Amino acid sequence: MTAVKTDERVQRVSLFTKALRRPELGALIGALVIFTVFAIVDTTGQFAQLQGAAGWTKFAAPIGIVSIFVALLMIAGEFDLSSGVMVGSAGLLMGNLISEVGMGVWPALLTTLVFAAFVGLANGYLVIKTGLPSFIVTLATFFVLKGVNLAVTKLLTGTVRVDGVDTGEGFDTARSWFATKIEFGGASFQVSVLWWIGFTIFATWLLTRTTFGNWIFASGGDPNAARNAGVPVARTKITLFILTSVAAALVGCMTLLELRGMQAGQGIGQEFYYIIAAAVGGTLLNGGAGSAIGASIGAVIMGFAAIGIPYALWDQDWVSTFLGVILFLPVLVNTWLSKQAKGARK
Amino acid sequence: MNVKKSVDPVLELKGVGKSFGNVVALRDVDIAVYPGQVTCVLGDNGAGKSTLIKILSGVHQQSEGEFTLAGQKAEFNSPRDAMAKGIATVFQDLATVPLMSVWRNFFLGNEPKKWWKPLGILDTKFAKETAKTELMNMGIDLRDTNQAIGTLSGGERQAVAIARAVYFGANVLILDEPTSALGVRQSGIVLKYILAARERGVAVIFITHNPHHAFLVGDHFYLLNRGRMTASFVREKVQLDELIQAMAGGAELDTLTHEISVIRQD
Repeated sequence: MTAVKTDERVQRVSLFTKALRRPELGALIGALVIFTVFAIVDTTGQFAQLQGAAGWTKFAAPIGIVSIFVALLMIAGEFDLSSGVMVGSAGLLMGNLISEVGMGVWPALLTTLVFAAFVGLANGYLVIKTGLPSFIVTLATFFVLKGVNLAVTKLLTGTVRVDGVDTGEGFDTARSWFATKIEFGGASFQVSVLWWIGFTIFATWLLTRTTFGNWIFASGGDPNAARNAGVPVARTKITLFILTSVAAALVGCMTLLELRGMQAGQGIGQEFYYIIAAAVGGTLLNGGAGSAIGASIGAVIMGFAAIGIPYALWDQDWVSTFLGVILFLPVLVNTWLSKQAKGARK
Repeated sequence: MNVKKSVDPVLELKGVGKSFGNVVALRDVDIAVYPGQVTCVLGDNGAGKSTLIKILSGVHQQSEGEFTLAGQKAEFNSPRDAMAKGIATVFQDLATVPLMSVWRNFFLGNEPKKWWKPLGILDTKFAKETAKTELMNMGIDLRDTNQAIGTLSGGERQAVAIARAVYFGANVLILDEPTSALGVRQSGIVLKYILAARERGVAVIFITHNPHHAFLVGDHFYLLNRGRMTASFVREKVQLDELIQAMAGGAELDTLTHEISVIRQD
């Protein structure tokens, strides 16, 4: 009997096949190709420089932060279509708490995150209790919040915008944490990039190195088998709905601090960016597999497009079309690669 | 074989019945399950096998009769309660998550943790090595426990589920139709692991509608028909033919055989 670690047949799984099994691979190849293309068509000479990186990370960070958690939720087999509008709700709530209620910035931030946690809890609880698809439940939440955002903002401020946030107590310290710029190599990066990197590492650790991560995969892969094995599927899913909602709210608060105000329509439509980023990053739409790093790479690709297209002096109006195409291609490549790696299945 | 008889049953049902509203799913079931033996529960579709499994595994509570575990009255409110008392159930197709790796499946729901336990940090090194050696002990030789369990054959997947239950200290192992979806060779593999679990002193409850499979591994045979226990046998005193006859309801099968032979007279 050979020792456990030195089974000679393990060698047969080549490094190449191992790489093919990674869910992020399609996205990584896609990102490299897209980066190269935009670096070639670039007219400013900045795209491949640090200035360019500051530009695309600024766009990608807020998308990345939410899409990481959207990816975890999707791995567990659920969607959250209210994650985009939550960015707006959170910013508006925090803004109104500061300018209308007169709260300090930090208490307002905390209150907003608690509010978001409750919305996430409601989403999760309703999905589990009613047994309805999360697509429907969170679509309902999306429309409810969209209406509330507009109506309450108009009611409180008389306009469709919240302003005067910078007069709140503690604004400058909060801004230095969430919305300041960091000089690096002559380019100024948003501090949100650090949060994004931090969350990517945290979520990857959570997913691959903790029992909770094991439960996420199981809840999406086969909820019945997971339940039979003693996995608390309902608790796992509800926790992820809460995390997603809170992540979206954090991005909303960051946006508010950066812009010193917020429009009532902020964030609407962003939910699709999050889902695209997660899907491009190798997360299966029906759950059970995926990665947090992949979702971040998906967000990076979106950043490339958002900055690369104007740098190439192409018509900005094509950005959405481009995103539509890049959603399709990596997912196709991923599916094909995973079939190759797994070989014929019985 | 007879020596083991002197041991007390680890699990016993006496006059157990279950009704859902006015539908009686099970009545008057007496079963004794011994450690280190395979107890087969045979029955056709609708015989009440599923209801019986659900009572044993803690999903349902019996409406009448006694359910004792190691001489004590068993009261389970959930499958987790039953698991905590050492009763593990391997469900037919619902035992493993196909996209997850073998070692993740092996420890699913009972993940080994390191450092400060409440943090829930997986001890992946321990998990991978243990999964590999435990499967090896059951005679399942895997190249790589990192591979998705969906890449294994149906029989191997059942075997992993059995090995997992044995490792986590199951003293009663309930197998729900483990061979019904499998081909001949794959069924053979699963039967081999049933005997491996038996050798380790586990009380195996093998639920099946296949008398051939039951006859190969069983020590005791109980037959269910339309919610009632119609017969019981011990290994030394029964032939395969008897088992098939008893299971199909004896006379019914004779009539059926006759009818078929009339149709195919060529």
